[in-house]
Amino acid sequence: MIKTEHLTKRYRSLTAVDDVSFQVGPGEVLGFLGPNGAGKTTTMRMLAGFVPPTSGRASICGHDIETDPLGAKASLGYLPEGAPGYGEMTVRRFLEFIADLRRLEGARRKARLDHVIQHLQLASVLEQSIETLSKGFRRRVGLAQAIVHDPPVLILDEPTDGLDPNQKHEVRTLINDMARDKIIVISTHILEEVDAVCTRAIIIARGRIVADDTPLQLAGKSRYHNAVSLQLEQPELLAATRAAVAALPAVAEVEVSERDARLTALPRSGATILPAVSELAARQGLKLKELHLESGRLDEVFRTITN
Amino acid sequence: MRNVGIIMRRELASYFATPLAYVFILIFLMLANAFTFYLGGFYERGQADLAPFFNFHPWLYLFLIPAISMKLWAEERKSGSIELLLTQPVTLWEAVLGKFFAAWLFTALALALTFPLWITVNYLGSPDNGAILAAYVGSLLVAGGLLSVGSCMSALTRNQVVAFILGVVTCFALLLAGYPIVLDAFRSWLPQAFVDAIASLAFLTHFESIAKGVIDLRDLLYFAMLIGFFLLATSIVLDVRKSD
Repeated sequence: MIKTEHLTKRYRSLTAVDDVSFQVGPGEVLGFLGPNGAGKTTTMRMLAGFVPPTSGRASICGHDIETDPLGAKASLGYLPEGAPGYGEMTVRRFLEFIADLRRLEGARRKARLDHVIQHLQLASVLEQSIETLSKGFRRRVGLAQAIVHDPPVLILDEPTDGLDPNQKHEVRTLINDMARDKIIVISTHILEEVDAVCTRAIIIARGRIVADDTPLQLAGKSRYHNAVSLQLEQPELLAATRAAVAALPAVAEVEVSERDARLTALPRSGATILPAVSELAARQGLKLKELHLESGRLDEVFRTITN
Repeated sequence: MRNVGIIMRRELASYFATPLAYVFILIFLMLANAFTFYLGGFYERGQADLAPFFNFHPWLYLFLIPAISMKLWAEERKSGSIELLLTQPVTLWEAVLGKFFAAWLFTALALALTFPLWITVNYLGSPDNGAILAAYVGSLLVAGGLLSVGSCMSALTRNQVVAFILGVVTCFALLLAGYPIVLDAFRSWLPQAFVDAIASLAFLTHFESIAKGVIDLRDLLYFAMLIGFFLLATSIVLDVRKSD
């Protein structure tokens, strides 16, 4: 269990994190979202025990981060922003160093090292020094050191930043595999990631929590929730179709994209417009390439509440 | 204390993973021998002792020790690895001690590699080996003292060059604290009691008495307290500035 109460961090004139309270329980994957500079990294650094809070409290599995920092750190795996490491060390020596600090011994030490090396596919670079690795490998080494001691709580600051799509997929699969019995907090500004791995999302802006919900519920707050998007086969009918759709009683607004001959009809709040729009298309004999119902756009919600 | 050992071993290995260790040891041995034979007149003196060797150690250390200590914390802060280290279940004090002992052990190794001189002087005559051992201890204590100062300077900045310059200047002031070049700077505006206190901080006076072969408890206590003080200062500085 991660618990924060009124967590606040001030730097001279700047309040980086302002009265943040939340709880995360086992099985939850919490996505920490926010624009750059919103306070995500500072919050994670406080949880990881790297910067002390100005006021408020936080605990990891019952260990208060200020009164029992070693207990809190021992229950935690942490990937700092940018996945720093010791450049001159080989991957193997580095992971062994962390395993030693994490008090892993004997057969368990070997088993855990083998496990992370296999799961993060590090076997091919084990004897290479960290400074010679690509960004993707470096990030994976960072993840490996965070999970080598199999901690109940994982805090990962931008775990997929700088990875290519295949590597992103691998890391997300890894996070999903671990999600069942762990508490995971990841920070990101990639919204697709929230859909891919998170069971809950907290959006933070200017140091404050502005939304805390499941990704589905958050998307439901979008103007595009239950909107209907249709793509025409005949672009010349765009203007006429637009007028017809806009005339439907439950439609609040119509957006047009000329590039791909697409119309998006936004419903009045709470209304359902899919039947009406598809009936209209059938009546007018429109040829459609595509017709679908949108569940809501997370990026639009994100922009609305963080601006 | 187990963590101190783990951190120390990692740090020590990192010296040898780069050319730093080899370059340092080579330069140290070359300069130590050059000073002994050319400036110290090892042969011309006609005495079977290592005084000309040890007399130059503080001056050799003045530049070489900050070259080792500059990276202790500045590099960790610059690369961000300090965040990784201090979010492991270790205390800041363990990390400070581990890194300091690694640097000290490394200088001890460099110092030990001057043993051919000791063999030479024993071959040429019959020196007081007890005095030589005491001088080695004294030299190691001076190195430790300067390293603790350098560790503190390295914690102040993310820039290794700045850490080096701060280290040299502070070490210079502490080496010569008993001499007019330093004391005159304070005499005009500090009460005499403070000036005397600064004078008593001088490295050289404590080193010289040990180098003569007399290990006085007061001199040992002086170095122990000095090292303790600057390591404590290192951890305080880091606590405040680690995340800047």
